[in-house]
Amino acid sequence: MGTTANTTSNEKIWAGGNKPLNASYGKMMMWFFIVSDALTFSGFIVSYGFARFKFADSWPIADEVFTHVPFVHGKELPMIYVAFMTFVLIMSSVTMVMAVDAGHKMQKAKVTFYMFLTIIGGIIFVGSQAWEWATFIKGDYGAVKTKGGNILQFLDAETSKRVSVEEFAFEFSSTRDQHQSYNGIWYDNEGSLPTFNIDEVIAGFEANPNILIRKQILDENGHKTILSREESLNVLKETGVSVVNGANLYENEYGVPLFANFFFFITGFHGFHVFSGIVLNIIIFFNVIIGTYEKRKSYEMVEKVGLYWHFVDLVWVFVFTFFYLV
Amino acid sequence: MAGHTHKLEIFRGLIKFKSNTQKIIGVLILLSIVTLVEVALGIYKPEVLNESFANLKLLNWVFIILTIVKAYYITWDFMHMRDETSILRRVVVWTAVFLILYLSFIFIQEAGYIFDEFDDPSNYIKTDF
Repeated sequence: MGTTANTTSNEKIWAGGNKPLNASYGKMMMWFFIVSDALTFSGFIVSYGFARFKFADSWPIADEVFTHVPFVHGKELPMIYVAFMTFVLIMSSVTMVMAVDAGHKMQKAKVTFYMFLTIIGGIIFVGSQAWEWATFIKGDYGAVKTKGGNILQFLDAETSKRVSVEEFAFEFSSTRDQHQSYNGIWYDNEGSLPTFNIDEVIAGFEANPNILIRKQILDENGHKTILSREESLNVLKETGVSVVNGANLYENEYGVPLFANFFFFITGFHGFHVFSGIVLNIIIFFNVIIGTYEKRKSYEMVEKVGLYWHFVDLVWVFVFTFFYLV
Repeated sequence: MAGHTHKLEIFRGLIKFKSNTQKIIGVLILLSIVTLVEVALGIYKPEVLNESFANLKLLNWVFIILTIVKAYYITWDFMHMRDETSILRRVVVWTAVFLILYLSFIFIQEAGYIFDEFDDPSNYIKTDF
């Protein structure tokens, strides 16, 4: 406390032994790492912002993309599952501080217990994120991509709820085979084909008069533009190219391709941080059990790994805001 | 670092906890309330906050401010920033805050410019086809 201000003689300052930051080497280096990692993450999140402001009038609305909750089918529940994930991560942060606090008091049993809970929380979080990815990649309604790379989605005219391509598209018998190296040009192949081709969608659309098309462009109220039946038919026939199911790095059924790219990249990088945090936590957990820190008479390693773990929580708070809320 | 003293008051001394454990629980409750408010606002999206301030909806400003509030309590109480010396606090916080503000400014500014160029009909850029 106040070590720098009280040194009156100059000899003492230059003779060493001064501790202006009053933190141990390890903790200080962890702080410096955290600062640089925070800048990496801010670089990612800011470039997400860049992409978003660049496509300000057509960016997908997160509430319409992330609507799923495990074990609940056919209901649109935006926010609920991410809120749960956020809460899990905050809880595991709390058990982590509890472990640090117990470490200060040299209570080995308590440190062990709280470290264990922290690891469990981290595993639940990573598992939830994996589920979120799987749902995002699989997609649910499907959409049509246009010549210009825009996405057309389908709505029920009466209820204005989304309609999936599967529900109305016809299935013609003459389907094309997937081009792989063994059945076509040997040095080339293509990814798995979408479930329907554009002609099947157009035929199905013509046969179902109560389906409309929704474009990506936002109107003045921030909603996606819905076309009239005539316009819909026109746009689909004139510009429709292929059917898109779910998301990959080239296209996705939610809108601008960059949306999925940033989702994979930022939540993936964060998930990787959580994963490495869990690994570090497990190493420290076993060190606590075998009594390494009892012998060292200091649980500072728990504190250092705790700093990292809280940082991961801190980053998630920002990812949560910029991906799901704003 | 003997004794591991903790500063136990939050809200500038408005609430003072008896022990570090109690403070952690207190901060947990605070963070949960803030998250719940965010989620409620995200689901119901009140019309009042639909107005725009500095090119961003008021609702989004509320989200960003609440996020910074959460970040403050995570760093200050979970990461024990409150107990570090003020110079360590400044080294970590001001470096990050300054660089992040600068980065956001140049990126968002340029993105706005690119959007305007795409949007400008006299540039003959067509994306809607």
